[in-house]
Amino acid sequence: MSIGHALLGLLETGPRHGYDLKRVYDERFGHDRPLAYGQVYSTLSRLLRNGLVEESGVEPGGGPERKRYAITDAGVTDVADWLVTPENPQIYLQSALYTKVVLALMSGRDAEEVLDVQRSAHLRAMRGLVARKQQGDLTDQLICDHALFHLEADLRWLELTAARLGELAKEVDN
Amino acid sequence: MGAETAGDGPVNEILLGGVELRKSFGSTPALDGAALAVRPGEIVAIMGPSGSGKSTLLHCLAGIVAPDSGTVTFQGQDLARLSDRQRSALRRSEFGFVFQFGQLVPELSCVENVALPLRLSGVRRREAEKTALDWMARLEVESLGRKRPGEVSGGQGQRVAVARALVTAPKVIFADEPTGALDSLNGEQVMRLLVATARDSGAAVVLVTHEARVAAYSDREVVVRDGRTRQVELVP
Repeated sequence: MSIGHALLGLLETGPRHGYDLKRVYDERFGHDRPLAYGQVYSTLSRLLRNGLVEESGVEPGGGPERKRYAITDAGVTDVADWLVTPENPQIYLQSALYTKVVLALMSGRDAEEVLDVQRSAHLRAMRGLVARKQQGDLTDQLICDHALFHLEADLRWLELTAARLGELAKEVDN
Repeated sequence: MGAETAGDGPVNEILLGGVELRKSFGSTPALDGAALAVRPGEIVAIMGPSGSGKSTLLHCLAGIVAPDSGTVTFQGQDLARLSDRQRSALRRSEFGFVFQFGQLVPELSCVENVALPLRLSGVRRREAEKTALDWMARLEVESLGRKRPGEVSGGQGQRVAVARALVTAPKVIFADEPTGALDSLNGEQVMRLLVATARDSGAAVVLVTHEARVAAYSDREVVVRDGRTRQVELVP
């Protein structure tokens, strides 16, 4: 999961301090793994260096926690590209996909598109496995079947999420 | 990404096309501007949640249900301009059908079921049954010829149904949840044989399914949601 992109996505709703970003990230996406402060600030300095965020004010007192960061136009483009670039199909993707869907909803983008491109990427991987299975021996078939069932499970979660986008949008709005 | 149109490629490459299809049942809209273009020999999966309109789209494309508006063309010919009789003849000769349940006539033997579309087109019994047995062999069910559908398993029955769908050498097979009533192993066997025989004979397949593992046998997928089609073009 790309922490940098997630932070950029959160900055699209308005400038924030590093601490504030960590708090919102942990609330939305960090259920099991909250972000470390060090990770937030190292990510922000990388985004700053790459021109994807800029400082938008420093409160008196100094120190990195006093700086506010805002997303730049280049940052917005970067988030937009990331949201519609499918994740490499592999099992246990839900955390990255969930983050993308929530950020798409928060920024008023087409969350269905996020799911559509991922479905396509998954099906492309599954077609490759089906082809390999048809040419392979029984061992190949069993190995491919294992991967196919896992990818299918991801897709079932994706379809359920697609069906619940309206509900999720309301929750994100709150 | 966007709604599919029948104008994505040269017109002569489109075998079957539906444009701006709308259909309501009473006050319930089933299709709301759906579109699909199928090229010769292509296997297209129509995916989507229950009630999204995917079966209605298949029925409109197959000329079983007339859309309220929009156009369906087969080989450039508008289906709405055909008489009922011409449409029936088209369905019998150019289209094959595989459904989830209850498609075989229980009073007929399996070979008679497979031969039925040929018999309805006027082919003599002996010749029709010989062709039927050839197709049953390709679907690995030739030994079931004299059995009735009630005497064979679900997976075998579906393979008989696939043989029947292919017996007239149609240009399009419409398959609506063909593995929906089967377990994984039988479902896979049906899909493997359906796709292999369709590819051998050059038939296109329009496959309605909500199962990703079944859709993975297709060349591409189109998603139907709330009666509208969405398709995705991934960068290779």
